[in-house]
Amino acid sequence: MTFEQILFILFAGIVVGGAASVLLQRNPLYSAFSLITTFVGLACLYVTLKAQFLGVVQIVVYAGAIMMLFVFVIMLLNIRDEDTAVDPNRFLVYLTIPLGAILLGALLYVVTKVNLAQPTGDEGGTVERIGTNLLTKYLLPFEATSVLILMAVVGALHLAKREKE
Amino acid sequence: MNLLFELPPLPTLRDTMLIVPELMLTLFACAALVVDIALPRGKKSLTAWFCLVGIGFVALALVQQYTLNADKLPVDAFYQMARIDGLSLVFRGIFLLAAALSIVLSVKYLDVENEQRGEYYALILFATTGMMFMAIGSDLISIYIGLELMALTVYVLVGYLKRNERSNEAAMKYFFMGIFSSAVLLYGMSILYGVTGRTNLGQISEAIAGYTQNGQLQGEGDPRMMLILALVLIGAGLLFKIAAVPFHMWAPDAYEGAPTSVTAFMSVGPKAAAYVLLARVLLFGLGPLRDMEGLPGWSIMLGVVAALTMTVGNIGAVTQENIKRMLAYSSIAQAGYIMLGVLAGTQMGYRGVVFHLVIYTLMNTGAFTVIISLHRKGIIGEKVDDLNGLFAKAPGVAVMMLVFMLSLAGIPTTAGFIGKYFLFGSLIQSGKPWMVYLAVIAVVNTAISFYYYARFIRAMFLNPLKEEAPLTLSQPMRVTMAVSAVLVMLFGIYPQPLIKVADLAAKSISTVYAQASGIASN
Amino acid sequence: MLAEYLPTLLFLIVATGIGIALILIGNFLGPKRPSPEKLSPYECGFNAFEDARMQFDVRYYLIAILFIVFDLEIAFVYPWALVFRELGVFGLIEMGVFLALLFIGFIYVWKKGALEWE
Repeated sequence: MTFEQILFILFAGIVVGGAASVLLQRNPLYSAFSLITTFVGLACLYVTLKAQFLGVVQIVVYAGAIMMLFVFVIMLLNIRDEDTAVDPNRFLVYLTIPLGAILLGALLYVVTKVNLAQPTGDEGGTVERIGTNLLTKYLLPFEATSVLILMAVVGALHLAKREKE
Repeated sequence: MNLLFELPPLPTLRDTMLIVPELMLTLFACAALVVDIALPRGKKSLTAWFCLVGIGFVALALVQQYTLNADKLPVDAFYQMARIDGLSLVFRGIFLLAAALSIVLSVKYLDVENEQRGEYYALILFATTGMMFMAIGSDLISIYIGLELMALTVYVLVGYLKRNERSNEAAMKYFFMGIFSSAVLLYGMSILYGVTGRTNLGQISEAIAGYTQNGQLQGEGDPRMMLILALVLIGAGLLFKIAAVPFHMWAPDAYEGAPTSVTAFMSVGPKAAAYVLLARVLLFGLGPLRDMEGLPGWSIMLGVVAALTMTVGNIGAVTQENIKRMLAYSSIAQAGYIMLGVLAGTQMGYRGVVFHLVIYTLMNTGAFTVIISLHRKGIIGEKVDDLNGLFAKAPGVAVMMLVFMLSLAGIPTTAGFIGKYFLFGSLIQSGKPWMVYLAVIAVVNTAISFYYYARFIRAMFLNPLKEEAPLTLSQPMRVTMAVSAVLVMLFGIYPQPLIKVADLAAKSISTVYAQASGIASN
Repeated sequence: MLAEYLPTLLFLIVATGIGIALILIGNFLGPKRPSPEKLSPYECGFNAFEDARMQFDVRYYLIAILFIVFDLEIAFVYPWALVFRELGVFGLIEMGVFLALLFIGFIYVWKKGALEWE
């Protein structure tokens, strides 16, 4: 086993462990904090895949800003233990297990069937490369993103703002 | 600092000129925000007229774009991120039409709800911008950004009446289902990228076609299974946006709870936008996966979905008492009919798709205009009974509603019939037995649909008047409704002009698709 | 290339190790003699007024979402800053358009009074 494989198993373990913890925690706040673990693990995986910038953004935007919003919303709702009652449709939970298993099985089967092309070159996702691509090749989606963000501001403001009267 | 790699050539003015309609619409949306701030309370409805003027200018820019590039189509811009062809030109026209119609009928509705605000119209323009980006996008990334711009805006619009519990509930349901489907779509896109190493739809098509030559797989391993997985995930994500069965569960709830003006918008605009994506991704990107030897291609999957969609939609509509829910199921059924044209894969089928979408936009917003007129202060006006005796009270409105209903049902001499003729006819023309069976299912479904469209007509013309309060109709609403009704009748008798427009889009699909399958069969 | 990250990895391991070790040492070695007084929440000498988990105001949410929007913007600006010289005027215009749209958003938010704590 190479060093890279060891790293992959380590970080993938953190990601999967964090994700499982998100589902298993009863308190939504703990779930949110477990999600941070997942995000950090993902950031590490990105770095091992030579996408350093993506890794940093993952930490800054996801583990930082987005998680803060999650925690805000959870505190906004202020869910107490007595509110987290068991769903009456409990059987649905058990239904997801075989369905999830089928999907996972199908994925694994497909992945073993395929010889995926190896990535060519040793380019990596350096910040310079991302910067150039963002402003040349991906200019259209980049500018469209700013429209998306503007729209999100307007929409969020409308939904969350309290009226004066 | 020196770069370790070469700088790609920069985009030019020519690229920018090709997205002028999108740029203008974005500018007008931003300007609408500014206008909204500047206007005093009570004058906010002026933003609506400002937005309508904006849409008019964008429509002119679109026509200009066509006349300038008519003989060079298709034109690629921004490193093949955007493609100006017949398909994107015609669909962007449909989106502008849908946006304009829904703005006209929103003004009065928001007055009744006492929620007249400028940002509503700005949001409609933002959603339309997203749809236009979807129509011109020929790259998974630009398509996805456009899709999210549209989808996020529509979530906000569905929950626009924030003091109304039904609106909140509908927005919540729609939002959760919507982001889940977006995630599924994105997962499929990432697998597609993983297998082919491309995000551009044309290059994806070439890469997929390259795997098989003379029916023999090239190289080691069989990537087709992985491609089918990507296809299923992407398909599920897109079919959700179309509200095709089995991804339709959100539609009746969201349509019922949303403000009626938003329901009118989302039943036509975003639906047409999802169709343009379906056509782009399936025909331009995944064309070689249409039929595969020994493995299920997308044609058979889409066939099953179309049959289910028509049947479930029509049977669901029969038992509804709420008009909005009934029209939600009816629009599910209509989505099923339109799918048939994509399936047939002929010029006639594509013509049917575009023709029917244009007509559907007119007749569905027309029907919703009538529903909005039933909604008055203190009267919800969403039950079929609320239409009772409409003919006695407002004969003109009742006759127009009759036209829309007959056209939705597909009665001859209305445009709805012509659309269905092309859609069903293209299946029979294809000659494949299973497609002919599908056409038979479609005809049976049309017969079922007569039942519930006739309920509207009976309520309006035969039942006694129940509610004396006058209708809420503004002059612009009357005019657009009348124009829609006249167009629906006109295109039913003399469809040639619309067929010409539809063929512009249909031709751009069939030429590209012929090339793609040409590569595959070599 | 990955070897360059070895110090970072070591740092992470050491930091996590020290964190866990400190908690464990405190748990194992520290004397534990709890009493109801000691376990009650500390609130400047008087008894607690209410549950620590109080409901947050929706206004915080608005501020949070505005923060995220402008945080995201940074993620886009940073890669541009590094290739700013190579892209020249052209890149400046592109970024200008991007920021102008967000600036409209900022003006809108301001004028709508979302930044005021009513």
